[in-house]
Order: sequence, then C-alpha cells, then structure tokens
Amino acid sequence: MTTTATPEKSRVTQARAFVADDRVRKLGGCLLAALVVALMTGPSGSLTSPTHGFRASLLSGRVVVFLVLGVALWGAIVGRDAIAPEVARASAVLRRFNVLRDSRSRYPAYAALLALAIVVPHLLSNFWQEVVVDQIGVYVLLAVGLNVVVGFAGLLDLGYIAFYAIGAYSSAYWTGSLPIKPPHHFNPFVSIIFAVLAAMVAGVILGAPTLRLRGDYLAIVTLGFGEIITIYANNLTSVTGGAQGPPKPVPHFSIDLFGIHYKWRLENLPYYYLLLVFVVVILVMFRCLENSRVGRAWTAIREDEVAAEASGVNTYKYKLMAFAIGASTSGFAGVLFASKIQAITPLSFLLQQSILVLVLVIFGGMGSLPGAVLGAAVIQWLPNGLRTYIKKEDLFLYLGALLVVMMIYRPQGVFPSRRRSRELAMAEAGMTTADAMSAPTAGEIQ
Amino acid sequence: MSAVAEPLAAQTPIADPIVTVDHITLRFGGVTSLSDVTLQQARGEILAVIGPNGAGKTSLFNSITGVYTPQEGSILFYPAGAPSTSVLGRKVHRVNKLGIARTFQNIRLFSALTAFENVKIGIESRQHTGPVGAMLRLPYMRREEREGDRRATELLDFVGLRARANELAASLPYGAQRRLEIARALGTQPQLLLLDEPAAGTNPVEKQELEALIRHINAEMGISILLIEHDMRLVMSVATRVVVLNFGKVIAEGRPTDVQRNPAVVEAYLGKPPDAPAEGGES
Amino acid sequence: MCLTHHFWGFFIPGLANGFLYALIALGYTLVYGVLQLINFAHSEVFMSGGFGGLFVVNWLIGDKHPSGLSSVWYVVIGIVAGAVIGAIVAFILERVAYRPLRRRHAPKLAFLISAIGMSYFLLSLAGKEFGRDSRTIKAPFTTTPTKPLFTFYGAPITVYDAVIAIAAIAMLIMLDRIVNATRLGQGIRAVAQDADTASLMGVDINRVIAQTFIVGGLLGGAAGFLFGLGTAGVSYTMGFTPGLKAFTAAVLGGIGNIRGAMLGGLLLGVIENLSLPCFGANWVDVVSFYILVLVLLVRPTGILGERLGRSA
Repeated sequence: MTTTATPEKSRVTQARAFVADDRVRKLGGCLLAALVVALMTGPSGSLTSPTHGFRASLLSGRVVVFLVLGVALWGAIVGRDAIAPEVARASAVLRRFNVLRDSRSRYPAYAALLALAIVVPHLLSNFWQEVVVDQIGVYVLLAVGLNVVVGFAGLLDLGYIAFYAIGAYSSAYWTGSLPIKPPHHFNPFVSIIFAVLAAMVAGVILGAPTLRLRGDYLAIVTLGFGEIITIYANNLTSVTGGAQGPPKPVPHFSIDLFGIHYKWRLENLPYYYLLLVFVVVILVMFRCLENSRVGRAWTAIREDEVAAEASGVNTYKYKLMAFAIGASTSGFAGVLFASKIQAITPLSFLLQQSILVLVLVIFGGMGSLPGAVLGAAVIQWLPNGLRTYIKKEDLFLYLGALLVVMMIYRPQGVFPSRRRSRELAMAEAGMTTADAMSAPTAGEIQ
Repeated sequence: MSAVAEPLAAQTPIADPIVTVDHITLRFGGVTSLSDVTLQQARGEILAVIGPNGAGKTSLFNSITGVYTPQEGSILFYPAGAPSTSVLGRKVHRVNKLGIARTFQNIRLFSALTAFENVKIGIESRQHTGPVGAMLRLPYMRREEREGDRRATELLDFVGLRARANELAASLPYGAQRRLEIARALGTQPQLLLLDEPAAGTNPVEKQELEALIRHINAEMGISILLIEHDMRLVMSVATRVVVLNFGKVIAEGRPTDVQRNPAVVEAYLGKPPDAPAEGGES
Repeated sequence: MCLTHHFWGFFIPGLANGFLYALIALGYTLVYGVLQLINFAHSEVFMSGGFGGLFVVNWLIGDKHPSGLSSVWYVVIGIVAGAVIGAIVAFILERVAYRPLRRRHAPKLAFLISAIGMSYFLLSLAGKEFGRDSRTIKAPFTTTPTKPLFTFYGAPITVYDAVIAIAAIAMLIMLDRIVNATRLGQGIRAVAQDADTASLMGVDINRVIAQTFIVGGLLGGAAGFLFGLGTAGVSYTMGFTPGLKAFTAAVLGGIGNIRGAMLGGLLLGVIENLSLPCFGANWVDVVSFYILVLVLLVRPTGILGERLGRSA
C-alpha cells in the first residue's frame, strides 16, 4: 500500500525548499541591502527623536525606489550567474599565462593620466583645487606608502597615521614652530630630511619588536602605538603645543638658492605642482622596487613565509624594510601637509585617519600602485562631489560599509594588480592561503 | 643468522663529512620526536633516510634546516673551504645561506608566481640589491637582475621546465611542481640538498625523470643529497647509504642492500613475522 | 607615593570597571577561541547594548522615581534588554560580515578589515540615528548613584558599584556553567580546539559559531547597559576605548582562556584606576595602551596562557 504525503506536509516542505533556494536567498539579501542603503542615505535621527531617522527612511515613499533597485540588482546577479560558467572557462584559460607584455601597454595610459593631472587643475574652481591638494594629493601619498606595508608586504598597520604626525611635528620643530626650540632653524624643504628620518626611525623602533608577531596582533599593537602617539601629542603641551597645536604657524615652503626666490603661499596650484612632482617620483621609485629583488621577496613572504625563509629570504629584514619605507612616506606626507595647512592639531592624526588611508588602499587594490592612486582619488573625491546629497558626518558610515562589501565581493580592489587577483582567486578555490597572516609560523610544519 | 648493521655507537667517523648529526633529541611537550639520533653524511654522498610514517624523518630535516632546535645534541655542517659551523639555534634563512637547501613534503611553491619567478626568488637570496639600488635602478642592480634571469633560465633548463617558465606554479602538473621546487632550492647554491619525499604522488615516468635529476645534481653539481623517500626502488637505485628511523631512533644504517635485509628494519615496516618467538612466551 | 592615600578609594571603582572589562573581554576571547579572529566590532556590540538598555529602561521608567524592589526590577530589565540587543547585533555581525568570508576561504587579513568596517559602520549608524551627544539612563534607584551604600576602609562603595559587582559575578558564574556543563559549551570548546574534527564528529560549526557570538554579545551588551548606568551615560562613541581596553584585558589574561579574560579584566581595571592619582586623568588611557603593547611583545600568551580549546 503506498502512502502519499498529505497536502499540508508537502506545503511545509515546499516552503522550506523555497526559502533555501539560492535565488530566493539572493533576493532576500538584495532587498535587505536595499533597506540598509535606504536607511544610510535617509534623514538622521537625534537625541530627542531616535526613531525619526528610521521612520523617515524606511516608512516613507522613498523606500520603494530602493526596493526596486534591490530587485534590479538581484536580476543582474541572477543573470550574471547564468552565464558565469562560460565566463569562468574563458578567463581560466587566460589566467594560466602571465602576460608580461601587458606592462608595456600601460605606458600610454599613464602618460595620458599625467597630462590630465597637469592640465585639469587649472580648470577647477578654488574649492576643488583645495580638495585636490589637501584631500587627494596628500592622501595619494599616504595611500601609496601604506600600500607598501599592507599591499606589498602584507602587514596590517593600523597606526599608520602616527608616522604622518611624527613627520608633521618634526617639520614644525625644525622650523621653529613648536614651543621647544631646535638648535638651528631650517628651511621647510630641509626639514623634510629630518622629518622623514624621524618617521623612519620611529618605524624601525615600532617594527623591530613587533614584526615577529602574527598578523592580527601586529595590527592591534600598531593601533595601540598610534593611540599612544595621539595621547602624547595632546598632553605634552609644552612640547607639542597640546590640543591647539604649535603656537606659531608652520612656514610654507620657500626656496632661496641660486638666485631663485620663491615662496609658496596658501594658493593651491603651486602646492599642487610640487606635490605632483613628489608623487610621480615616488611612484616611479616604488614601481622599480616592486619589480626588483625586494618586491619579489615581499611577494614570496606574502605567499608562503615558511617557503620564503627556506629559500634564503630574511623575512624579518624585508618586513622591517617595508615598514620603514611606509613610515618614511607617511612622514614625508606629514611635512607637506603641515607646511600647507600651517596649523596642525592632534585631531588631524586620529585612528580614523589611519582607517581612511586603509580604505583608500583596499578600495584601490592592495599591492597595486595605480590602485592606490586611483583609489585615493576616487574615495577622497566622493564626499566632496556628493556633498549636497550626503552629510559629511556620515562619511564613516559609507566607508565602513564599503570595507565590508569590498572584503566579501571584491577583495582584490577596484584596480587590482594582476598578481593579487590571481592570489585571491586561488585562495577562493582553496588552493592556497593568499596572505602572510594565515601562514603557519615556522614551527608548525610536521 | 641476522645481517645486523654495525652497532650504531661504533659508527666509524667519515673522513670528509658534509654534515654530522650528533646525539640529537627533539621534544615537543610530552612527545619525543627524535631520540638520540646520530648520523653522518660524506661529502658528495646521496644518503637516504627511510622509516615508517611518524618516524621523525621530517623532524630530522626540520632540525637540520633550523626550523626546530633539538634540546640535546649538536648538528655540524662542513661547507667546502670553510670551518665547520653548528646549525643549532640559527634562523632558517641563515642556515640556507650556509649552504643547506630543502624541498617540502607537501610542495610549498609560490603558487601565484610563475615558474621563472619562483626560481628567481631562490637565486636572489644570494644577491645583494637593496631598496635603494632597486628604487634608483643603479647599475649593479641591473647587472644582478640580468645575471639572475640568466641563471634562472639555466636552472629551469636543467630540470626540464624551460618551456613552462611563464606558467603559474599552481597550474603546473604535479611532477613539474616537484622539479620546480628543486630548481628553486638549487638557486640558493646549496652544497647540501634535502629532498623530502620528492617522488611522493608522482607517476612512474615522473619517478624516472626524478631519479635521473637527482643523480645529475649529485654528479654534475657535486651537491650532497639527503633524501627522505618511501619509494624503495628509487632509494635503492640512487642512494649510496641508507639510514633507517623508527619512533625517533636510528635502528639501522648501511648500504641499501644490507639495510633491506636487516630484520629490525623489516619488523619496523611489517611488524613481527607470525612465526617469530614472542617475548618470553612459547617457542 | 601617589597611592598611599585613598588606596581603596581608587581600588574599588577600579574593581567595578574591571568587572565591566571582564564581561566585554569574554566576548573577545570566546570569538578568538573559535575563529582565531579579533572581533574588532565587539566594541559596537557593547555600545548597542548600552543603547538598548537605555531606551527600554527610560521608556519604562517614564516619570517615575523607583525605589526598593522596583529598582531591582528596572536594573534587571535594563541588563536583559542590553544583553538581548547585544546578542542580536553580534548575531547580525557574524551573519553579515564574517560568514560570507568564511565561505570564501578569505585570508585572515580580510576578516580583520571587515571587522573594522563593521565597527565604524555601526558606530556611525548609531551616531546618525541617535544623535551625537551622550544620553544618560534615568536612574533606576532613588538614591543618587554616587552616594555610598557603605564604606570599606574609608572607601565608598556606591549602589552602582554593588550593582555591577553582583550582576557581573552572576553572569560570570552562568557563563562558566554554560561552557563547562552544557552541550553548547562542549561545542564551543570542540570547535575552538579543532574545527575540522569537530565537524566530522557531527558538530554544526556554523551554529556553534553563531552561538558563540550570541553568548559574547549577551555579556557585552549587558556590560554596555551597566556602563551606561554610570555618570558617563551612553553615546555612539562609547565603545571604542572600553573595547580596546577589554581586548587588552583578554590578551593580558590569555586569549582564548575564559578564566584569563575574567582575571585580565579585573586586573586591568584595578591597575588602570590605581594609576589615576599617579599620572592624572589625561594619562590613564596611555597606561592601558602600554600594557597592551607590552603584553603582546613580552608575553603574548598572557598570564594564564593562551588556550585555544581546552576547557576555560
């Protein structure tokens, strides 16, 4: 005698199967994401009316727009999944070979970008010129420097902005702006040397004992270091000027040699071109570094630290090198910043800033120099370009969400280096671990 | 009548050793991985270390290369034309710089790099270009770069991977990956090469190529080879001498044919024969 | 010496802080045990517990001035509300930020970065929706929270201190029971020791991990409410510094080690507060950060030793 399932039972199993179905889950995810975005972009609440933000964002007409966008996103995802096997097959064939010739074809693109970088600032309004110098220019430098630490060597430094602070305050010191006076006053250009040296030494001092720690502990220690520096900057009023910063303004750059007399002033363009020269030089140098013995050693360390050591690579030395180079670059950026803004306070050097630079590097692409530049440019442009739609205080709301989304869907960044894409694709397929943080320490092989 | 090898305490010291392991004991918490292990390898010799799984063979390798530091005993390395140095307590990359290179049981290549780049990393560990030279592309940096490229091509050729130089290491067939790992190790200019189960997982054709490669390395480059292997045919055909480990102790040592017949060795692998007298039991 | 006067006067509040740090530290240590991950966003779990308790208690108290038994009632409700909200946020955190990464075999770096992202996201969301000033929780006791219940060698012990101590001890005992005497606890310990083998033995890894986050969230959220009861109140940035200090406490005691987190929390709270008369309020935070840096450099396994898996 055969028993057939009763109609009610099959409905429950049907319901369960429906919810468990991959596409339904994706739809649910997209709709949820749409609601979150609606909330993020909606009006804010306040002390007295905490639910105002929720009600105005979610229980109003605008929600429908977001839900529709959510469904559209779902449609795109489902569509892409349908053709995914074909795409994967095609790209797998391409991935087998390292197409070295690619690097030649990039040069015209770089030349074009450089031309744009030279010409475009003239066409911008004063507001935008200031954004380009203060927010984009300096942060491009910071991102490129952090990229060496995080991207090339695979070390997460959450206290990166501390070196920026050290550079800025050093420059202030040697140009006589701090309450304590240096033995001799120097031209701001010359103070660059001292500032970079100070930042490098600080990098070595921090790195020497900590770089043998495993990755997550290294991140926390650097974070602690950053916090300690901020507190000292704030509290040692007689040395650093405390919370208000140096009492005298840091002088602008000036040249007084060989008959050339030029003083940079608050105008944006002269600073911009100075910054451009520095950034281009540093980019060229770092690119050479990347494709050299040093860059390859960093890649080996990132891929498999144990194998790298066994192949004669002094992993500790290379990590320290990356750390020191990153710190120096940060210090250098600090000088440029200080001499333009002239007034520095501990508020410019908070953990938030370190995280911001990290977002720039990750968004652009860890380990990718063009990625760091473009990532910095795009992310720093957004809050200014969209300032009529998005409030400035909400910046980290978007940055935080961006980090999470990037890590899940595009960890290699938006403009990745080919190598990093490969590493992550292999990790996803379970073939390797893709970074130094999860490599076992030397004592764990059987 | 058993063909027992010489009592190990009375091993005659070798005239020209490349490495001597002297009464080392390696412990991890409560587990003793190596117990009073002594062995010597002559310069230019191919010495095989065999034994059942868990016998301590890889621990021995790790001790020689500086990954682990035995609590007791000493390990001395005799680089040609230089005084002997102790390996104990040195960092792994320093041991490599002394002249000892290794491959891994589970193949540890840099997967997302090409074969060529993998070998270059080995070669570059002997170079000297630093960050300044690299950033400014100074002449000596460019010279070292050209030299490194040339040597990498040479080594890839030597192991038969010239045609696959630009392929990603992870996409190479298994046998090729093993050979690439050897090429990378050779790039570090070792005098002693430790191969950890190089034939594991390879098919008979690849095994033969490996056999030829090992002999080639030993004969052409004069590199002494210390080999862990389970494939007895390979061991018999390349090794000059064999050392047998079991439960962290050396139980036999001698020529391959002698060791093969040693009852202690047979027992270690297969257990006691069914008709052997039990301890203190019936005959 | 700066400590000879009023030693107990600084020790007692330090101990109270220490209990809070212990509760938060447990969240870090539990998650680190099963995932080997520093849950950077746990500080926001703490913060959301504070807000949760705040809203519920303020709404219930309204204009009343409770005393006696109803005070106890309100405190318990507040703790439960904070705990529940904390658990919910922790659960969401795991589902949204970490599980997708686990599915993709993401490198460890990715987890930490995602954690940082979630931390800032939650913090900014709270600031956006609830305003950027701090809010106080309406006193569930009629006596001013700062008037002492009794004194101990001349040091005042306030209602607030007593509440924290009692609540924290109760929760710690409950946690100890859960970890050592329930299947959930067994699952947590198994996954912490060897996730692959545990799953082969039939343990549902995803469920255990979710439950671990929930337990940590309950404790952290409760701590958030208790913290908010004090003078500082509740604000969207309240999570960062206590979170970092609690993490320091977890490492100090031995990461992954539950008793270690408890010990570390109490120790850190006391040390930190005892340094108040010596260094001044401006420098107190630096003491904790130095301890963090020093512990990680000198003895990263902590006082009681790192334990990834063995029972507490």
